Amino acid sequence: MTPVSAPDAPAAKPATRMVTLAVDGRSITVPEGTSVWEAARRLGIDIPVLCHDPRMKPVGVCRLCVVDAKGQRVNPASCVRGCEEGMEVRTDTPDLERRRKVLVELLLADHPSPCERQRATGDCDLEALGARYGVLERQRWHRGGGGPAKPADPSSKVISVDHASCILCDRCIRGCDDLQSNEVIGRNGKGFLARIGFDDDRPMGDSTCVSCGECAAVCPTGALVSRPVGATEAPRASLKAVKSVCPYCGVGCAITYFTDGRTVVSAEGRESPVNHGRLCVKGRYGFDYSLHPQRLRRPLIRISRPRGALSGEVKDSSAGTRRRKVVDYAEILPHFREASWEEALDLVAKRFGEIRAASGPGSLAGFGSAKCSNEEAYLFQKLVRAVFGTNNVDHCTRLCHASSVAALLEGIGSGAVSNVFADVKHADVAMLIGTNTTENHPVAATFFKEAAKNGTKLIVIDPRRPHTADFATHYVRFRPGTDVAFLNAMLHVIVAEGMVDEAFVAARTTGFEALKATVAKYTPEFAAEICGVTAEEIRAVARTYGSAKAAIMFWGMGISQHTTGTDNARCLIALCLATGNIGRPGTGLHPLRGQNNVQGASDAGLIPMVFPDYQPVEDAGIRARFEKAWGRTLDPKRGLTVVEIMKAALEGRVKGMYMMGENPFMSDPNQNKVRRALSSLDFLVVQDIFLTETAEFADVILPASTALEKDGTYTNSDRRVQVGRKVVEPPGEAREDWRILCDVATRMGYPMRYGSAAEVFDELASLSPALRGLSHANLGDAGKLWPCPDPETDGINVLFDADFPTPDGRGRFVPAEWMPAAELPDGEYPMVLNTGRVLEHWHTGSMTRRSKALDALEPAAFAEIHPEDAARLGIADGDAIRVTTRRGTIATTARVGDRTHPGSLFIPFHFREAPANCLTNDALDPFGKIPEFKFCAVRVERIVPGS
Amino acid sequence: MTAPGLATEKRVLLEGVGVRDVKSLAGYRSRRGYEGLKRALAMTPEAITAEVQRSNVRGRGGAGFPAGRKWGFVPKGTGKPVYLACNADESEPGTFKDRQIMEMVPHLLIEGCLVACRAIGAKVGYIYVRGEYPLSIRALEEALDEARAANLLGKDILGSGFDCDLWVHNGAGAYICGEETGLLSSLEGGRGYPRIKPPFPAVAGLWGCPTIINNVETLAAAAIVMRDGADEYLKTGTPDTPGTRIYGVSGHVERPGWFEFETSVTLRQVIDAAGGVWKGRRLKAVIPGGSSVPVLRADEIDVACDFGSMQKAGTFMGSAGVIVMDETTCMVDALLNLMEFYHHESCGQCTPCREGTGWLEKLVRRIESGEGRPGDVALLASVAETIGGAGAGKTICFLADSAVMPTRSFTLKFREEFEAHVREKRCPFRKATAHAQA
Ligand SMILES: Cc1cc2nc3c(=O)[nH]c(=O)nc-3n(C[C@H](O)[C@H](O)[C@H](O)COP(=O)(O)O)c2cc1C
Ligand code: SF4
Ligand code: SF4
Ligand code: SF4
Ligand code: FES
Repeated sequence: MTPVSAPDAPAAKPATRMVTLAVDGRSITVPEGTSVWEAARRLGIDIPVLCHDPRMKPVGVCRLCVVDAKGQRVNPASCVRGCEEGMEVRTDTPDLERRRKVLVELLLADHPSPCERQRATGDCDLEALGARYGVLERQRWHRGGGGPAKPADPSSKVISVDHASCILCDRCIRGCDDLQSNEVIGRNGKGFLARIGFDDDRPMGDSTCVSCGECAAVCPTGALVSRPVGATEAPRASLKAVKSVCPYCGVGCAITYFTDGRTVVSAEGRESPVNHGRLCVKGRYGFDYSLHPQRLRRPLIRISRPRGALSGEVKDSSAGTRRRKVVDYAEILPHFREASWEEALDLVAKRFGEIRAASGPGSLAGFGSAKCSNEEAYLFQKLVRAVFGTNNVDHCTRLCHASSVAALLEGIGSGAVSNVFADVKHADVAMLIGTNTTENHPVAATFFKEAAKNGTKLIVIDPRRPHTADFATHYVRFRPGTDVAFLNAMLHVIVAEGMVDEAFVAARTTGFEALKATVAKYTPEFAAEICGVTAEEIRAVARTYGSAKAAIMFWGMGISQHTTGTDNARCLIALCLATGNIGRPGTGLHPLRGQNNVQGASDAGLIPMVFPDYQPVEDAGIRARFEKAWGRTLDPKRGLTVVEIMKAALEGRVKGMYMMGENPFMSDPNQNKVRRALSSLDFLVVQDIFLTETAEFADVILPASTALEKDGTYTNSDRRVQVGRKVVEPPGEAREDWRILCDVATRMGYPMRYGSAAEVFDELASLSPALRGLSHANLGDAGKLWPCPDPETDGINVLFDADFPTPDGRGRFVPAEWMPAAELPDGEYPMVLNTGRVLEHWHTGSMTRRSKALDALEPAAFAEIHPEDAARLGIADGDAIRVTTRRGTIATTARVGDRTHPGSLFIPFHFREAPANCLTNDALDPFGKIPEFKFCAVRVERIVPGS
Repeated sequence: MTAPGLATEKRVLLEGVGVRDVKSLAGYRSRRGYEGLKRALAMTPEAITAEVQRSNVRGRGGAGFPAGRKWGFVPKGTGKPVYLACNADESEPGTFKDRQIMEMVPHLLIEGCLVACRAIGAKVGYIYVRGEYPLSIRALEEALDEARAANLLGKDILGSGFDCDLWVHNGAGAYICGEETGLLSSLEGGRGYPRIKPPFPAVAGLWGCPTIINNVETLAAAAIVMRDGADEYLKTGTPDTPGTRIYGVSGHVERPGWFEFETSVTLRQVIDAAGGVWKGRRLKAVIPGGSSVPVLRADEIDVACDFGSMQKAGTFMGSAGVIVMDETTCMVDALLNLMEFYHHESCGQCTPCREGTGWLEKLVRRIESGEGRPGDVALLASVAETIGGAGAGKTICFLADSAVMPTRSFTLKFREEFEAHVREKRCPFRKATAHAQA
């Protein structure tokens, strides 16, 4: 594997001409096309700007940056004008400075001072310029008279809008359009009546704004200001900036947190190859969960018996019980007593030791978490393997992309993405299937939309319409659960119409003939019947993908969370191999990973079948290496997966469990079964930041730390290993998770002593061939992609340019036949239930429902139902409804909307008061062992008031 | 009824208007209509451009840029379509010449557009007509239908193999859409925001393609050049600005209206043609070329009405809208009227223009209403200097400069009136009682 190209490899571009110019008498040579402003900046000359931000296309409207260019008829705006050979520029003649001063005066004349930004963060650019030119006093002017009063708009939950402070610099418009591709903001009115407006001039809170906050981040004045997230506000300049990464999704946006040393004050996007400074609503406004008063501060030991659920919601998930957004501590805490760390850790070590001694290592199991760092994932699996002595260790990857990974390992020998998402810009076609990217990977979606605007054709396929469909060349809405039929038909067309890359197939793959034989019967007409789309649509999509020079494939849990999840992914891999769309810029396979560190946790071996870096536990040679490294004999057999562990607990085979940062009561399928399983354990330790629903079943609760309270590395969906840094101390006696793990191991007779997270990382890297070349010390602010054979580089973004890491170096076609979902609708349960996430919330809601902004934006549980179904069932928007499957029933609120496929219902799984996983089916994909979260049969009824 | 000293009109563009039918296709043909097109169809595009360039037809939209030279800027072989955009937005205060052509000899404009399209290689042309000109729009639509029926438009025009079609686009009532790049933005369906130049429209205009923008009267003159040949054309007008122009006279004259003269006519002759200053009063000031140009005092009007002479006199011939003010005019009030216009019409894109025109208006209003403070006249000058000036390019387009030029010339040439307003804390031109009531 050799590097193909870095995202902005200069080698790929034609050489740019260099030009030399003089700025204020100093000579500088820059590439042609560089703006005069940028050239001056490189010389350390600060030309004042208001409308310019180097991240955006310049518009040249504020005219503050105009300079004197010798021999030019007019004074060019330096932010727009490109440098020319021999140019002689003066940036600060008395003439220019005098005009700038008057311009600032003109703007300040009607500026409410101090404006909202100046009050909140002390960094209004206009007021700073007023001070620079000594014109804050403004006696020469009288206020007002410049048209009608410009009102404030309080409607947005996250951004305050004050038109009176607006200087119409258009930065917010470009932030929204060019950076985030949300296209919400524009100008309304002409001339002096012009105002920025949202959609067709609605209040911001009623517009299509997605609260990403980019506009407020780029606004230079108090016109658009983020409402405070933390409890305090302080001038930016007085705060410490800490470079870290977002704790939410697999995009892994780089963030700068601002802290006063005591608490976290605010978050801003940070320039990085991952997010180019962009953030979504969760990253920017969702960090205050970490500051929530319900944070656990001391270890807790259960005093009440019997073991089992404590709160109304957890005892009975169905309708009619108490429905609170977050756990009511007053109801739970009486069942526990506070304990010292000494006592709690001793108890944990003693009980696990007893269970192991009595029932064998296989009676213990652990769930780690993809929210924790690489170091914590590594130590957790090391604890379970080397100390507990079992491979019964797994985490939420099982619920997310286990099937994709199974198919990828089988097909191309590696479970990770073959290319980074930002490389979509080099693709002429991008296929997005089963991914609601704008909500679940919002910043990745900005790159997709941007590519679409620049000419990349998007093929969007999903029964529930994602917002990316608005940017798509083809949007296909097939029936839920018919992916394999559709994809096989695409393959059929690609074969039939000669779009196969024969040379690639011959040189780099095996098994194509078998695939051909399988897809032969999937004519578009045949599949159209199954999928509920037209044969022509299938042909058109196949032609677009099949004829692309470079096509890239992204998928999400719409593909993986099925009993046929592995088959679904096999078909995607087959499409990619058959057309040779891998190993080059703009091509590849990219399963969009869910959690911030699901890639890293898997890489670190938090999976029952493999050690770090996917090295099979059942391979004696490999096992011997780890036995040597860890100094213990290791379990030679693969362990149980998440849902299997729950089943084993229910059957009494697993008796003791260690749960680090997972909340299976809310996240695992078939909640009523999970309740029984958790209740039947002999001993449960929950290590978490809040008293979660799962913690109600615990014997010992250990107070852990959030990502903002510890150092560690996290690996995003691109395989980029990034450094998260401690911003503040954990509250009370709460501890960093990796330290707790070391304490438990040490007490169980296996001393684990590390001075820092960095030491742990370097041990992990030494055992992982893929991480070779990486050390904690060289990750830097931007992190590095693995593999990174040359530590001097950023790592490799495009993999598999020459061969695949399979035994024969070839990619393998694995044909799949279409099979229906495990539980199909019938007379009793006539509709299909689909579950997933919403933009503002994260998984089981334990973090996001404790975030002020996120909770305000999406405060309550709901079920989305298609207008046709709603009409048939007599359900109106906002009605109370009862939703029932063979496994359980919940009460929730109907949201009528046409994003869902007719006949299917969508319920997000974040809401404890109406938990979707009370309904879901725990049937598993045979290969990935992933449950079918995306499909089960369901019945919906309106709840008649009073009944 | 030619009185001594009075200049004689020379009707070339408006030949036959008010005398016989020149509006219908048949009527237009009776004045050798479409002869120019026929000649052009037999010539190469380069030859047409060369002939128009030799005739030195200068832009009648206001800037006086030679049309032939502009056409020559269209880059060759870009593979992109080329467009013609005819600027018929005619919104400059005091200007009403283009509508005479559109409403009375619409085929002349169509012929001019076809000649230009042929020369620049455009297959499509748009005529962007001021929204408040429904009569012009209707006249043009009817004429286009007639021309299409007569194979003067569409495919294979007159068997020449040349395809070209023209479309009328209704403006929506904004002065800024007459600025050439604002016009393009509007034509594309966006807000009428002017664009930063370079790139110039001839290189990257409509939808990023090479586009030539010409005023109605400019294109009409090109049709005449094609019909008569450059040599003949050069015999009229002055060497600086050959040909005739349609002058629109408004304000304090006895008979406001339009007059077509050779450009050698003097400003005094133009005013006299309109019957001279009304009510026997004396002349105070004249704005010679639409509201955006510097004002002239009564003693400065013996100047030829071509671009060069006017520039020597410290102003511009602009759009040839001659605005006459008599001795009773309060120059502060007159300037206020203009500033209200520019403030209202600023597109709002550039900060200096949006805020500055507002402050110019506010300051002039404050002075006019007797609330001016000492230093306000200087403040006015300082704001003006910040936002623009003749060809200063401190903003994206010239609207800001258009507001500044009258401000500067009014305050320089009539400074005493401004000072008097501030000193006396009232407008000296208003009756004391009227002011008290106001
Ligand atoms: C604010 C502003 C308004 C303008 N309005 C008009 C107009 O209404 N009609 C016009 O022909 N030119 C107008 N112009 C001039 C045009 O920008 C452009 O110079 C002209 O259409 C070019 O045509 P020409 O070369 O044939 O004169 C305006 C310019 C400015 C700055
Ligand atoms: S709201 Fe802020 S960013 Fe947007 S135009 Fe106004 S001042 Fe500029
Ligand atoms: S896109 Fe993902 S990583 Fe980026 S800010 Fe949003 S939640 Fe965080
Ligand atoms: S100078 Fe005035 S009218 Fe012209 S683009 Fe700028 S704001 Fe608009
Ligand atoms: S910064 Fe260049 S014009 Fe505003």
